[in-house]
Amino acid sequence: MNGGSAALRTLSPAAAAAPPDRTLLLLLPAMAMLVLMFFVPMVLFFVRTFIEFQGGRAEFIALARDLLFSQPYLTALATTNWIALTVTLAVLLVGYPIAYYLTTATGPSGSIVVLAIVLPYFTSIIVRTFSWMVLLGEHGLVNDTLRAIGVISEPLPLMYNRLGVLIGMSYVLLPYMVLTLYAAMRSIDPLLLRAAEGLGASGFYTFRRVYFPLSLHGVLSGALIVYILSIGYFITPALMGGQHDIMIAMLIDRELEVAVDWPAAALMSLSLLAVTLALYAIYYRVTDVRRLIGAR
Amino acid sequence: MHRGAALPLRIYVAAACVWLLAPIVIIVILAFSGEGYLHFPPSLLSLQWFARFFGDLQWQHALLSSLVIGAIACLVSTTVGFFAAYAFLRAEFRGKKLLLSLMLTPIIVPNIITAIAMYYLAGRLGLIGNFLWLGLCHAVIAMPIVLLILLAALHAVDPNLERAALGLGGSRLRVFCRIVLPLALPGILSAALFAFLASFDELLISLFLAGVRAQTLPVRIWNSLNLQIEPTIAAVSAFLIGVTTLILMADGILRHRRGRRRQTAG
Repeated sequence: MNGGSAALRTLSPAAAAAPPDRTLLLLLPAMAMLVLMFFVPMVLFFVRTFIEFQGGRAEFIALARDLLFSQPYLTALATTNWIALTVTLAVLLVGYPIAYYLTTATGPSGSIVVLAIVLPYFTSIIVRTFSWMVLLGEHGLVNDTLRAIGVISEPLPLMYNRLGVLIGMSYVLLPYMVLTLYAAMRSIDPLLLRAAEGLGASGFYTFRRVYFPLSLHGVLSGALIVYILSIGYFITPALMGGQHDIMIAMLIDRELEVAVDWPAAALMSLSLLAVTLALYAIYYRVTDVRRLIGAR
Repeated sequence: MHRGAALPLRIYVAAACVWLLAPIVIIVILAFSGEGYLHFPPSLLSLQWFARFFGDLQWQHALLSSLVIGAIACLVSTTVGFFAAYAFLRAEFRGKKLLLSLMLTPIIVPNIITAIAMYYLAGRLGLIGNFLWLGLCHAVIAMPIVLLILLAALHAVDPNLERAALGLGGSRLRVFCRIVLPLALPGILSAALFAFLASFDELLISLFLAGVRAQTLPVRIWNSLNLQIEPTIAAVSAFLIGVTTLILMADGILRHRRGRRRQTAG
């Protein structure tokens, strides 16, 4: 332990002023694991793939250009962003009132709502997706019920299309939004609302001019995290989508599994990673990263 | 403002809760179906699909793989994550927030990219299908969750207790084992539970790295879903939901303890 802190002292320029804190050494195992098993594989995957590319630099640039302007890629890009935007908007609209309710609820009704958010949140994504496949299938519960009460005569196409993807993804991502919004709303002082009310503001006016602006921070954080998670989504769209719902992550997987084209997969991954990290940088700016999974 | 909105809001939230819980409840009910296909509501109840799940050698193997890999991931990520969380709370250094956000990137980076990168390395090293390696890869995904849970949980542990023990002549190691660990234990156990769950439910990394030997439950579900939907999956799903429920209940108890301890600590 002493040898380690001596090494740290020589490494850190700030250590000359303050005595080095040996507690810092406790960070090393986690950092070593992350570097060796996360960052190194990532860099290796990109660098080695590009180095091992057969051909010159001009050919590589031509390949990248062809790929990133190819019809499947552009279509997947548009699909991905469209789905991510719609899902973000949907879970925001659905989740906002729930989060607000949580800040006012006490007792058993509040606990039930928390359970309804947390139980799906920690249930395996594949299980949640499977449940929706059973519900939305041609002979699923929704279609059977609608047919039984005579609303429809033919089963509605609820799955293997865009609608199925949107329902499945919104279901999986709603808890992130609700927990983020709840964290932000909890810190809004209820006295402000009462003050607005006391000054004669209507309920809607108070909401529009006082409550909503104060919750905007949570809206932004929640929207960012849901959007970030949406654009990299794979499992739910792969199982519930149709042939017109290919998202970037599925295209990457297809390049590897079907075409075994490592350079193409690496290029697409790099573009997706760059966008994700850029959005994460904004998230880092606007919010407390410790709220990432809604841990209280 | 909540005066006028209360009733419609309550109805809306109740409807949303039904929407959130329905898929889970329905799958659990379907798992007990006595029929030959997935039909709701089942006219017969039986344990046939559970019997098939627990009696099938391949499913047994998948369950065992999931448990072993989950245990490795849980042990490694909780240990490593606890040390890191402790350092984050007790040490003062520049760039703390930036370092933390870097250590959380495994949550943010799309799982498909993480999985491919890990697959690339494992392929080179000949570690595809290796239980220990897959467990370590899962630990990378679980560590940020451990870190976040412990940062919240350990926040309430008073650093003055450690200072007092050190001042009374306790060695660092002794104070750590006798003061820090016992006080942090409920939080550590919570974090360990969620670390296990993160690995137990993980699909994409397992899908790429499992090979044929280390196929976990989610991988087997995925493979079956891509072929045809068979009712055994409902039983497996119900089992996974059961594990999640148990872990959430255990966490609730631990949280309760933590709250009580905080009160007695002052």
